[in-house]
Amino acid sequence: MKVSLKKVAQFSVLSSLLVLAACGGGGEQATGEKEGQAAGGGVITADIGVISYISGPGAAYGEAITSGLKLAQKEINAKGDVEINLLIEDSAGKQDQALTAAQKLMNSENVTAIIGPTLSTEMNVVGPEADLNGVPIMGTSTTAEGIPQLGEYVFRNSIPEALAIPASMTKAIEKYGAKKVAILYGNDDVFTKSGFDTMKKAAEDMDLEILTIETFQKGQSDYNAQLTKIKGMNPDLILASALYNEGAVIMDQARKMGIDVPFVGGNGFNSPEVIKIAGDAANGLIVATPWYGEKDDSKVKEFVSKFEEEYGKKPDQFAAQAYDALYIYAEALKNAGEADRDAFRDALAQVKDFNGILGNFSFDDEGDVVMDPTVLIIEDGQFKEFN
Amino acid sequence: MLIEQLINGLTLGSIYAIVALGFTLVFGVLGIINMAHGEIFMFGAFIGVILTTSLQAPLWVAFMSAIVITAMMGFLLEKFALRPLRNKQGVSHLAPLISTIGVSILLENLSHHLFGAGNHPFRASFAQISFEIGSVTIYLVQLVIFVISVILMMALSFWLGKTKAGKALRATAENLETASLLGVDTKRIITMTVIIASAMGGIAGILVGMAFNSVTPQMGLSMGLKGLAIIILGGMGNVKGAMAGGLILGLAETFIVVYGDSGYRDAIAFLAIIIILLIRPQGLFGQKISA
Repeated sequence: MKVSLKKVAQFSVLSSLLVLAACGGGGEQATGEKEGQAAGGGVITADIGVISYISGPGAAYGEAITSGLKLAQKEINAKGDVEINLLIEDSAGKQDQALTAAQKLMNSENVTAIIGPTLSTEMNVVGPEADLNGVPIMGTSTTAEGIPQLGEYVFRNSIPEALAIPASMTKAIEKYGAKKVAILYGNDDVFTKSGFDTMKKAAEDMDLEILTIETFQKGQSDYNAQLTKIKGMNPDLILASALYNEGAVIMDQARKMGIDVPFVGGNGFNSPEVIKIAGDAANGLIVATPWYGEKDDSKVKEFVSKFEEEYGKKPDQFAAQAYDALYIYAEALKNAGEADRDAFRDALAQVKDFNGILGNFSFDDEGDVVMDPTVLIIEDGQFKEFN
Repeated sequence: MLIEQLINGLTLGSIYAIVALGFTLVFGVLGIINMAHGEIFMFGAFIGVILTTSLQAPLWVAFMSAIVITAMMGFLLEKFALRPLRNKQGVSHLAPLISTIGVSILLENLSHHLFGAGNHPFRASFAQISFEIGSVTIYLVQLVIFVISVILMMALSFWLGKTKAGKALRATAENLETASLLGVDTKRIITMTVIIASAMGGIAGILVGMAFNSVTPQMGLSMGLKGLAIIILGGMGNVKGAMAGGLILGLAETFIVVYGDSGYRDAIAFLAIIIILLIRPQGLFGQKISA
């Protein structure tokens, strides 16, 4: 017993030393930045750190995100109000690497603020650390529950499922006058499970009658039993929390069976792959999306053509979200008037009615998104705006 | 609704039965569980998808190719993963099981590499043909699957019971050394068994692709485990048991969704095994082995 007490004492001394060291580091940076700002003269100069998933299986996300950021940086710096330098670090989709990258950016590079990391799991590790150091951080692709609640300095501009699903449900119910719904979801995946929780809650809030709740498992190929049961209950609408791989097959089997009511899906269902897999059977799928490239909006059109010119392909959701994120940062920086972390954080929290390519954007009290997502429906084998 | 669910259950059960027939054949002769069977089944499905969708080949060509290619895979499996381990001093009786697990991992990753991780639709116009009796919609594919599974079972029973090759196979299953001494070419018999079992896996694969319009590299694993469950249920190495077990499992899984909770769908298979094994340890159709 004595020995273990001694060990505990040793450990607590050690850890408090570490905490002290970390605090000392934080103090030095604050002075470092003020100098950076003075050097810029009239133009406010700031270093923005970027942590992104650039190598490994999810490298496509990182590529899209950094492409969007670089395009925005070029445009913002050309305008001349603020001068932004991007310092890009790779996280490889790993929590530990993301944390190391964040520490490097915060402590050695003295960045004013950070954009990224790419995955919600990474943000769960990096967010609290940034908050502790007083560095504003914004996720552009982190949709999991509870991200902005990690700390006062943590923000995001990516629409969480909790906002996207009710938005698409509301529009679908208005249009079709739906009263009875059936819910179908994958019960062995965290993502589809949380999508189901959101759907169920939204359905209860909207006073819909839930006829049945059916489940399926990853990699299942036969959904006939569940669908036949649903068909017999005649729902007005089917809510399906599925990833596109399973979701597309479900729609295919449902349509074959003669179920022709619309489907409302979550974020995981929002992919052109659904059309590729299910073909005509995909018609009638309603999803909410933060980004719609075909939107009849001059800003969107300009962004799409510039992006295509620069990178030779159409921008996806991740590129668009990153692009808007840097514009939001530029706006906050302009309003803050200096590249100080605390001033920047307060200015960022004030951002309201920012009109970007994603839509009309504001932060709520916690740093989460307030925005009306675009609701899409698949018609004639294409995603179209749903009104 | 009930009739439609019954058809759903029979379709699923027939597919399970065909997969289980492949398992039971190999187990009956070699006494080993071929864990790569599910992956060979998956390859059969992919060959069907590629031929009908990408190359626009007619369905019968896809069927023949799937049978030929999976049969070849069976031959290679026997030659490289099973034969080197047979009749060798110091080789554990578990070694063939482990080597087939290795083959299954290899095949799953190979198909990831060749075909990609996503879901592949099966676009055969044949799969769209349906007719209605009253309010019940029946797809021709569903009928075909049921008929094929019954034909396969009967052909297999006939072949095992009535033909010379079948007798040789049963002799080999009874005792490899004795059969060999009596002039049975056991090497050929074993190779043939694995080839036939694999080709049946290929047939099942292409049928699943048509019925459910969904083919992924992961489909082999769950189907393999179900097949395993069925042969334990029906009696190891028993052809009729595989058929009955498959149908029972398919119907049970469907009706648990109808009357119960779809979340327990997969649990029912394994629950059924536990109960059957408590009451009849040798399986439904299995014979008591007195050792």
